[in-house]
Amino acid sequence: MRTVDPVQRAVESIARESYGRLVAYLSSRTRDPAAAEDALGDALLAALATWPRNGIPTNPQGWLLTAARNRLTDHARQRLVRAQSAPTLQIILDEVDRGEDRDVLPDQRLNLMLVCAHPAIDPDMHTPLMLQAVLGLDAAAIGRAFLVSPQAMGQRLVRAKTKIRQARIAFEIPDASLLQQRLSAVLSAIYAAYGDGWEDAAGADAHRVGLADEAVWLARVLRELLPDEPEVHGLLALMLHCEARRPARRDADGRYVPLADQDCRRWRPSLIAEAEQELAAAAPGSRVSRVGRFQLEAAIQSVHAERSRSGRTDWAAIAVFYDRLAFLTRAVGAEVGRAAAHAEMEGATAGLRLLDEIDPAGASAYQPYWAVRAHLLGRSGLEAAAAAVTAYDRAIELTADEAVRGFLLERRNAVPLSKDRLSK
Amino acid sequence: MQYALLIYESPEDFARRSTDQSDEPYIGAWRTYYRSMVDAGVYAGGQVLDIPETGTTVLHAGGKRQIQDGPYANTKEQLGGLVLIELPSLDAALEWASRCPAAVNGAVEVRPLAPGVQLRVVSPCADS
Repeated sequence: MRTVDPVQRAVESIARESYGRLVAYLSSRTRDPAAAEDALGDALLAALATWPRNGIPTNPQGWLLTAARNRLTDHARQRLVRAQSAPTLQIILDEVDRGEDRDVLPDQRLNLMLVCAHPAIDPDMHTPLMLQAVLGLDAAAIGRAFLVSPQAMGQRLVRAKTKIRQARIAFEIPDASLLQQRLSAVLSAIYAAYGDGWEDAAGADAHRVGLADEAVWLARVLRELLPDEPEVHGLLALMLHCEARRPARRDADGRYVPLADQDCRRWRPSLIAEAEQELAAAAPGSRVSRVGRFQLEAAIQSVHAERSRSGRTDWAAIAVFYDRLAFLTRAVGAEVGRAAAHAEMEGATAGLRLLDEIDPAGASAYQPYWAVRAHLLGRSGLEAAAAAVTAYDRAIELTADEAVRGFLLERRNAVPLSKDRLSK
Repeated sequence: MQYALLIYESPEDFARRSTDQSDEPYIGAWRTYYRSMVDAGVYAGGQVLDIPETGTTVLHAGGKRQIQDGPYANTKEQLGGLVLIELPSLDAALEWASRCPAAVNGAVEVRPLAPGVQLRVVSPCADS
């Protein structure tokens, strides 16, 4: 096995720290993230070749920027020969001529994130673009998380970046009114990278592997850039709460443990504390802020986390937050969570009534809907037993996660059916 | 950077063309829109197409030329014209497109002109 030498480690660590910053800075000048990534890739290779000989430069980020910029200029010159892209070349040449102070690199990662989640870009590509441009993840890693082949993901990323360049999407931060709208697309894209669905009492399925660490990292960057945006804190708080529970989600045998049955001694208190800090930062007492989706979701998780201190779950509080969330988003996930919360307070019948109000178009292929429905029917006595089994079957059918499927199968088989029903 | 606004109009908006134009609000809105583009210095050209029913489509199916009555795309909204605007970014072009009167009942596609492609008439004698 090859040992990793210190220079390579240094390059990797600088790349991790600076990648998004450098791509953002370069592409906000040229409006061409693909060219910026290529140039930075070349610069990193050059660093691996040069630094072992000459030593690591005192300002490695500046070194990489200069190398990448030279590379961009070369490429632009070549393109100019082919009579294309004259404006890009001009911008780069101006930039080089001005010889800006390379020690102070303006952070333009917010501009880059806004471009990745631009309404002119296919919403399905917002998250992959952000993972690639800001974090430097390759198409294979992104494809794995989205259950798409590396080739297909690579092609989609190229297409999206071509659109950014050819249509000249602006790398500017829009006015305050438009920024709210655009920011919400950025937040959704980061949350989509997290990959976890809604947590509920009956066992919801996480559809994708998720890039939890990457999503948390992106949210932390965004919080640094926009410390006064409540929803940014809300999103970070939500993901940290979910992360805190990760160790308790499977038992020693790898079986799925639903939230209500989790041993809260296995939750990670440091992450819960950090999540609570974020949530508090989202809603400073003095300011009346419009409470958004992510703050509400984080607040729900915060109530669940409270069980580790109080030993009980305040379902009334959770139901109130879900009411507001469902009203605000009209999302099927919120409606299902709302039904589950009200069932805990007012009984299974109340929960089932709320489930029945959900538009079947959104619910019929939504696994948590069937999981909660099955769970509530299973608690509704013998008359509902057959319907419970049918609902469990549908939930199991829609479940991708092996452990969750095992859990639902176990519950399904525990539904008390009367003898004559079983024989039918 | 030049963008084309491809104006897709609804049948209702096409129908408004044949009414008495002097007091038709839709036509008035177009006049105002056009003037504001010119005043802002972004207007770079444009043309209005006649109603879709006047279109004739030519295509080669199986090596055989076919001529059909009507426009090519079989959609409710039809191409009614195009406007060329000169702006620094897509975002600025989208802003202008959203103010287009046709966007209310129809749709406006914003498409950049292809970079570096120019149609030239090549003289057949140039090489000789």
